[in-house]
Amino acid sequence: MDRFEWCDGNLYTGEQLVEQQTGVALYDGQEKTAFEIGILTLTTHRLMWRDHRNRSCVLCVPLSLVVYLEEQPSGFAKSAKIVVHLSPAPSQKAAGPVSSSNQSFVRLSFREAGEKEASIPPRHRPGIVGIERSLDQRNKQMNKNISHAFEDLSKLMEKAKEMVTLSKTIATKIKEKQGDITEDETVKFKAYLLSMGIPNPVTRETHGTGDKYYTELARQLASMLAKPIEESGGMMTLTDVYCRVNRARGMELLSPEDLMHACELMEMLGLPVKLRVFDSGVMVLQSQSQNEDEIVNNTTALVTEQTSLTAEELSQLVGLSVVLARERLLLTEKLGGVCRDESIEGLRFYPNLFHSSEV
Amino acid sequence: MADFEWPWQYKFPPFFTIQPNLETRKKQLEAWCSLVLTYQRHKKSYSLDVTEAQTSPLFHNKAINRKLTLDAIYTILDELKKRGHVEYTDKVRKQCLVMWRTPEEWGKLIYSWVSANGMNNTVCTFYELTEGDATTNEEFHGMEKWLLVRALRTLEAQGKAALMDDGVKFF
Repeated sequence: MDRFEWCDGNLYTGEQLVEQQTGVALYDGQEKTAFEIGILTLTTHRLMWRDHRNRSCVLCVPLSLVVYLEEQPSGFAKSAKIVVHLSPAPSQKAAGPVSSSNQSFVRLSFREAGEKEASIPPRHRPGIVGIERSLDQRNKQMNKNISHAFEDLSKLMEKAKEMVTLSKTIATKIKEKQGDITEDETVKFKAYLLSMGIPNPVTRETHGTGDKYYTELARQLASMLAKPIEESGGMMTLTDVYCRVNRARGMELLSPEDLMHACELMEMLGLPVKLRVFDSGVMVLQSQSQNEDEIVNNTTALVTEQTSLTAEELSQLVGLSVVLARERLLLTEKLGGVCRDESIEGLRFYPNLFHSSEV
Repeated sequence: MADFEWPWQYKFPPFFTIQPNLETRKKQLEAWCSLVLTYQRHKKSYSLDVTEAQTSPLFHNKAINRKLTLDAIYTILDELKKRGHVEYTDKVRKQCLVMWRTPEEWGKLIYSWVSANGMNNTVCTFYELTEGDATTNEEFHGMEKWLLVRALRTLEAQGKAALMDDGVKFF
């Protein structure tokens, strides 16, 4: 209590009011004091207490002396209190109501409640600490997001490392074998490299815009895909084409729309591959040389050989994607080579005995 | 029914799926129609309950675990109706009459029997025709009366017979 000093109740310059609460009593340690009913004022600098009746009776203690606060919740017939622990009084201080006290704390008794608002720590320190904490949390969240985002990248980097070592080994092998590497192998190696990348992809920058771009693109696609399509049985779904093309183009990625436009032009340009849309809506690039009758005959023969086939089974049998295998079967069905059996087990195709066995 | 000889299609799973290919479907329906008619004829049955038929061996081959859906049954019945072998007896198409021979065919059959037995210009009762001793070996023996009447009406329309209350006069 000896830390308190008399004052006039006016605010210093730069001092601001934070909170005010009526009906507060002061306790010197555990002891009641004469300061029973008053207005407690918290400012940015001081804690002030003004007597309710005698307005000129004002006490204050600078916040610099406050060490920490403790809350004592209200109980039966007991009002809530805040214990204010104070550091020892500085040697030079203005006169106060009590010259000396062996108590190092005072208690503020809130008879009209409001202790929560006045309670300085929850109000003040959490202010700053709270901001700090939320900043901290946001940082943490951000870090998490960033590291999450980079996880994929790091995986990619790992793969890149593998690729680099692979290319290094290939390079050294070629160097070592410089003498005895056969023409054949070099050619093969070059072919591999070519199938992995397009050396000078057609772009809007190099080949202009509009129709010219698309026709050039169509030509390049056709020449690049002719072989892989032939190898995969004469047909490739447009999704596969899209992946393959973009993998080969590296940085100059192609949009699905551009790819579509280019593919639509292929037939008109008389290129060795053309776009084909099945009744089901599946789109494929089909090599021009592919013979439809042959497919139908082959599929019919396969189904007859196996008694019955589903699209999955056919796809495994001929090494096609299920989508394409299904299209094959549907095409064959359309031309009367096979007939279907729809049951709870799914769609199966049988040789068309209706056609062959009758008569 | 043990002695009924099922056609080969009955053991062919795609037979129980209506085929989308028109050509194939035509053949398939052909086979179904003849199966339904031969089956009904074998059972000497003149009518069919669609709900019951769903579980009858005709449309459900338990051995290969395949059966026709209700839609498929209607597809077949509609085809039979188009050919004049089936007539629905109610609006909701739950009951139908199955005539493994159309009334015209029956009429012809009866008339040829009449001619062969020199019964022109005589009068026969319906009972005589369907239950009489003289027709036991004929196919129309045991025919239901409604169908008999309809067969005779086709003859009447051609001027070959005249119907009376419970009998008929052939010309």
